[in-house]
Amino acid sequence: MRDDSRPHAAAWWLWAAGLAVAALRTTNPLILLVLGAVVACVTVARLPDDQARRTMRSFVVLAALVVSLRLVLQVLVGQRLPGHVLFSLPSVSLPDWARGVSIGGPVTVESLLVALVGGLRLAVVLVAFGAANALSSARELLRSLPPVAHEAAVAVTVALSFVPELFASVARVRDARMLRGRPSRGLAGIRGITVPVLEDALEHSVTLAASMGARGFGRRAARPSVGRHLLTVGAALLGSILLLLGGYGSLAGSSPLPAPLAMAILGVALLILSTMTSARRAIRTRYRPAPFGLRSVVCGLSGWAPVGAGIVLDAVDPGATAWTPSPLVWPSVSPLLLMGTLLALLPLAVAPAPRHARAPGRRREVVA
Amino acid sequence: MIRFDHVSFRYDERWVVRDLDVHVVEGELLVVVGPTGSGKSTVLKLINGLVPHFSGGDVAGDVLVEGRSVMGSSPVELADLVGFVGQDPASSFVAETVEDEIAYAMENLGVAPAAMRRRVEDALDLMSLHDVRSRSVRSLSGGQQQRVAIAAVLASSPAILVLDEPTSALDPGAAEEVLSSLTRLVHDVGLTVVMAEHRLERVLPFADRVLLLDGAGGATIGEPAQVMAASPLAPPLIELGRLAGWEPLPVTVRQARRQSGGISGLLGDAAPPRGVDPAGRVVAKVEDLTVAYGDLKALDRVSATFTTGTVTALMGRNGSGKSTLLGTIAGLLGPTSGVVEVSGQAPRQISAEDRICLVGLVPQDPGLLLYAQEVADECRTADLEHHLTPGTTSGLLGVIADGIDPLRHPKDLSEGQRLSLALSVVLAPRPLVVLLDEPTRGLDYQAKRALCAQIRMLRDSGTAVVMASHDVELVAMVADRVVVLAGGEVIADGATRDVVCHTPAFAPQVAKVLSPQAWLTVDEVATALQEVRR
Repeated sequence: MRDDSRPHAAAWWLWAAGLAVAALRTTNPLILLVLGAVVACVTVARLPDDQARRTMRSFVVLAALVVSLRLVLQVLVGQRLPGHVLFSLPSVSLPDWARGVSIGGPVTVESLLVALVGGLRLAVVLVAFGAANALSSARELLRSLPPVAHEAAVAVTVALSFVPELFASVARVRDARMLRGRPSRGLAGIRGITVPVLEDALEHSVTLAASMGARGFGRRAARPSVGRHLLTVGAALLGSILLLLGGYGSLAGSSPLPAPLAMAILGVALLILSTMTSARRAIRTRYRPAPFGLRSVVCGLSGWAPVGAGIVLDAVDPGATAWTPSPLVWPSVSPLLLMGTLLALLPLAVAPAPRHARAPGRRREVVA
Repeated sequence: MIRFDHVSFRYDERWVVRDLDVHVVEGELLVVVGPTGSGKSTVLKLINGLVPHFSGGDVAGDVLVEGRSVMGSSPVELADLVGFVGQDPASSFVAETVEDEIAYAMENLGVAPAAMRRRVEDALDLMSLHDVRSRSVRSLSGGQQQRVAIAAVLASSPAILVLDEPTSALDPGAAEEVLSSLTRLVHDVGLTVVMAEHRLERVLPFADRVLLLDGAGGATIGEPAQVMAASPLAPPLIELGRLAGWEPLPVTVRQARRQSGGISGLLGDAAPPRGVDPAGRVVAKVEDLTVAYGDLKALDRVSATFTTGTVTALMGRNGSGKSTLLGTIAGLLGPTSGVVEVSGQAPRQISAEDRICLVGLVPQDPGLLLYAQEVADECRTADLEHHLTPGTTSGLLGVIADGIDPLRHPKDLSEGQRLSLALSVVLAPRPLVVLLDEPTRGLDYQAKRALCAQIRMLRDSGTAVVMASHDVELVAMVADRVVVLAGGEVIADGATRDVVCHTPAFAPQVAKVLSPQAWLTVDEVATALQEVRR
């Protein structure tokens, strides 16, 4: 049975998005570390299964790679900031047209710290994205998209299941080549495998299309009037554009756009309108829709607490969420921001711990 | 319910169906029968419009389903009336979990959530799937996948259910289970079922009527016994009935047993032939073989030997480890522990090129082995690759199956012809061990008989043949020895007659009719009768 007491998939994505936005809004390394720790705590405590654990692990590895790459690049070809020199690399003098780029030269503590903060921000965003992926499947999220996006969601779902299918197909074709004593590696091997796999994929998609058609995919109630159709599509389009611009404006801080927050809110309103008008047309119903209850609301909103705290702090004391390494002082953390950030731990309280009573992997049969 | 109103269908210049005029009534179970390529799938797809709307081709006439014209509506519009389950259920899945897959059609049709919830439970119960309800459809065994596909169309409660070879991938037990669930629906709720099937021995007992296609556009419809009397395709039971001159022909084992007094009397004291003890030399062996995928053991400490001039059949449920055993002997998989040897060497230690001279495997889908655009080209490439004298492979193909047009594309051949081509490609380098994985899938009785002749030929030339099969009749016809696997372990190993006659699941029809005497095939009985008469 599916466990309906877990927060909705969308709640986890909302939570993770809030943390990612908070990471992009600050340059304070301590706050970034706290954000990372919050994501790690919640994820580790609420991971549903081993598959999710593997997903999360690969994102953490990726985040670590990003930070180290950022540092290495900074040392080799980074911007030269004046300050406390740690060590010097032999420098290469570049011609005039390549001014701005430097190779080697003195490496300062300040420049390393700037790179570290930049890397950390990206790392927190990556880890948050990984957490959303691990805590809720993308499929679950797609299932709960509004009817206007249903067809697109099905296309994505099919594409998602296509990937494991493709691996199986490659394995089958490679086995068959081995049975004929043909190479399965090298250029000839790749060519020999590609064509049958593509044929396989093509046949598969034709069968799938027939199966979906025979099961009523794309059935429609009576055609809507042109006016209503335009309203639906237009509202969706305009809403997305407004949300995008408004979102960018409010994140970028200094933006030439007027009232970015208002634009974002108007965008969301338009999207909701579009969803409602399109919902009247589809005859689709949904099997066991996951409820978006109080738990989900709390869980989703808690992710945005650090952003809220940051906005309030910036309004009271502009520039308080930022930190620069010159002059080289230990970063200070405002208690308000810290509190806000820690509020993102709320899912630990509202989301139930996953049940590990039975391991589904153990009972799997092999399709021999 | 379904009226084929003078329907003709032509693809290119070939008539698949010509002036078909058939009326299927409500609550009927109709079985569509015919040689491979005779258009069984086409007739099925005409019912929900997948032909011609998805396939193209020329149609004349119309099919009326509950008064609705199929030519005038698309499969999507007929989805609430006709449920269609295709040949390969795995490639028809849309959702991730079993529950969501079953709900998919109902979601599209706009069934109210409360009703949907109940019907999903009903479908899960009907097909015994509640244990796997939240599992991924891709992690299931073939039999379970087939049941999910049927449950997925049943849940939207169509008036008509159309199934294309629903039991071809199933072991005898699972096939029986699926068919009896369907019969229950036909009896209890008046569902109309139309299915195509090659394994007549499995479906005939359940059929109300049979539609026999002759492959040239003609069709006969009638009661099973009456159509079977003149059918070129007949299961062993019908052949036995013809041999004994029973009237009417028996369709179920029970009917035949009632009439079998006559034949037992005629046979008198004639005893079933004893198989000669094969005295070949051991060419392949496994010892304490364990193969694990993750923490699941597909094979668990299996030991067996395979000798020259013997045909060994591997039997067992879907997922019992048959294909894994074949794959390990062929060197596709490495053992987790234990020993695998083919003529004294571990197959994984030999290069792929040398390995195929020792052991050849024909996979479940023989088409995977074929790459060329023409049959002749395929044979030439095989000769070149294995450094054989030109013409070896095509010569072999001529012996195995005569009269295949060398200019045809392998994909255009019939299932039986494609299997013959794959077999000759594998046999060309003269391997000592030949492995066949589920060789009779999609084969009609004639093609199956041809395959039996090919296998016997191989055995007589001293090859060790090992085949994994669900087809009890094939096993009864050619296997000298049967190894039964269950849950990755060997649970029986012995002469075919000793192993299969005593389990209802694996016993061929003739054995069931004439038990307790252990006759396996109609040919054996016919030979014995001749002896007695002489």
